Amino acid sequence: MAVIRDVMPAFELFQPSSVADAQKLLEQHGPDAWVLAGGLDSFDWLKDRIRKPKAVVDLSGIDELRGVRTTADGIEIGAMTTLSEVVNHPIIKQKYDLLAQAAEVVASPQIRNQGTIGGNVSQDTRCWYYRGGWPCYRAGGNICYADTPEGRNREHAILHADRCVAVNPSDSAPALIVLDAKFVLRTRKGERVVDAEDYFIGPDIDITRLHILQPGDLLTAIRIPSTWAGAQFYFEKIRDRNVWDFPLMNVASAMTTSGETIERVRIAVNGAAARPLRLKAVEDAVRGKPRSATTGEMAGKLAVQGAVPLQFNAYKIPLMRNLVKRAISGVEEATWTS
Amino acid sequence: MDFLEWATSPWGQNVPIHIAWFLIWVSAIAGLLFLIVHAIYVMYFAKARVFASDASPAVAAKIPKHVPRHSLVARLFHWVMAASMFTLLFTAFLPKVGVQFPWVTYHWIAGAVLTVSIIFHIIHASFWLDFWSIWPDRIDLDDAWKRVRRFAGMSAPPPRKFAKYPLENKLFHGVIILCGLSVILTGIFMMSRVRTVFFPRNPYLFSDMTWGLMYVLHGLAGVGLIALVMMHVYMGLRPEKLPITKSMIFGWMDRDFYLEEHDPERWVVEAPSASSISSRVESRGAD
Repeated sequence: MAVIRDVMPAFELFQPSSVADAQKLLEQHGPDAWVLAGGLDSFDWLKDRIRKPKAVVDLSGIDELRGVRTTADGIEIGAMTTLSEVVNHPIIKQKYDLLAQAAEVVASPQIRNQGTIGGNVSQDTRCWYYRGGWPCYRAGGNICYADTPEGRNREHAILHADRCVAVNPSDSAPALIVLDAKFVLRTRKGERVVDAEDYFIGPDIDITRLHILQPGDLLTAIRIPSTWAGAQFYFEKIRDRNVWDFPLMNVASAMTTSGETIERVRIAVNGAAARPLRLKAVEDAVRGKPRSATTGEMAGKLAVQGAVPLQFNAYKIPLMRNLVKRAISGVEEATWTS
Repeated sequence: MDFLEWATSPWGQNVPIHIAWFLIWVSAIAGLLFLIVHAIYVMYFAKARVFASDASPAVAAKIPKHVPRHSLVARLFHWVMAASMFTLLFTAFLPKVGVQFPWVTYHWIAGAVLTVSIIFHIIHASFWLDFWSIWPDRIDLDDAWKRVRRFAGMSAPPPRKFAKYPLENKLFHGVIILCGLSVILTGIFMMSRVRTVFFPRNPYLFSDMTWGLMYVLHGLAGVGLIALVMMHVYMGLRPEKLPITKSMIFGWMDRDFYLEEHDPERWVVEAPSASSISSRVESRGAD
């Protein structure tokens, strides 16, 4: 864990009351600005004095960023909506329960009361070399301390590593990818809507970020279409401590079946790479097949093809294989309630 | 303004990690300025060139219509090297100026191609070509001094025509060697920090300071190549240099251009035989 060195460094605090004001402030301060949502990731960085922004833009006073709204084709969740609100929202529970399941296993009740859906998908990686302030690739340096024979890399990536082996820690991200969510961004060029899976990027594209937000950009809302409303969902998260921890890995799937035959399916995992991975090859392979243990077995083997374990995370390969197998075959062995 | 970026290693050591990326723009602007200044100079200020003497009619009569200059192998090397160099520059610097794409794999593959082609070139040039033709000799230096004096308005006899390569070409080649070998040697070691098919990863091959200096040298040589490549492409596209560029495509240059620019005593071209141009070039060691 990072060493707490001192009180937070001084910064100028801005508390805008509208998205337009927030965006203006972010554009004005550019890379010197820090976006504060629930603060759960931010205060780690600030208190550890690893990040020393000159300006902090607190979004908590912007009402238009809060709440769940129904739209012509689904729902729109404001980026500042807390995870508890997501978990308890009746429409989400009724139609998009996958997201409710995912949000419900984020950290602890207190953190879910404060943490936001926008913050959960935009939080930074938990690699402790990086968060400890070591000058690794992700911090702009020229080395990965985790990808060494001696490195503590039990929680790190088995897929798509490119110099950096950190993983994305979000629980809600794979659920949103599976639900075909669209992320609404406010950028200098206006509003931009991207598919959930395109919001996340790996180190091959940009080694210093987990998502596409540039300085000055703001995630304002997440839209979930009705495409997968009421489908058969599966979410499972594996963590060291079931009461409160980041995922070692999680899996989310949505499926419609005709009898025992899988008609439509989407599946994504997180904790395996620097971005949540939609497993398109698995989706293609199981579509039209019976929802059975055999199909799940095949899907699990397919999912881990190309995985490269580090010194201490080889367990993630059978873990991912089994999570995918269970998501496809529908063996629900782990459920949590708040 | 820092030309290098520094970091504190886990052991508290202040180490360089790479060059400051604004140097990309410094190099690009320097290259652009060179082009502009050179173009203006040539267009408005340059005096007509005067050389010591023309080739005798007897010598000139022996020069073939197409003077072989670069063998097929040498041309292939040049274009493979050019393709890999452009790939290396684009994959290295486009992401730094905001064009994001998965560049690392393309970069190290292009680096491997460049390395192999340079090794081939060194061997080919050393044993099959006229190795010394690309290195400055005493006549080049004497003529350069004469050209400088005449440029400054001082009295000096006119310089001789060029050998196979003008001094400017030879100096450019020398600078390219320095930059090219710097990026290649450092790049080979840097490949041990990424996953390639060549080496197992070993980021602890050197100390943090040595690695940092290696990244700095790689970066400095790399940004230097931006300006150098810009100059090279510009020169290759200048109208008065087009015959030289064409020779890098077709292998030969026109007799008239040869007699206008080159000294047949310094670059001996024999009368054509029945064999093909390519085979003549190979047999005489043109590069």
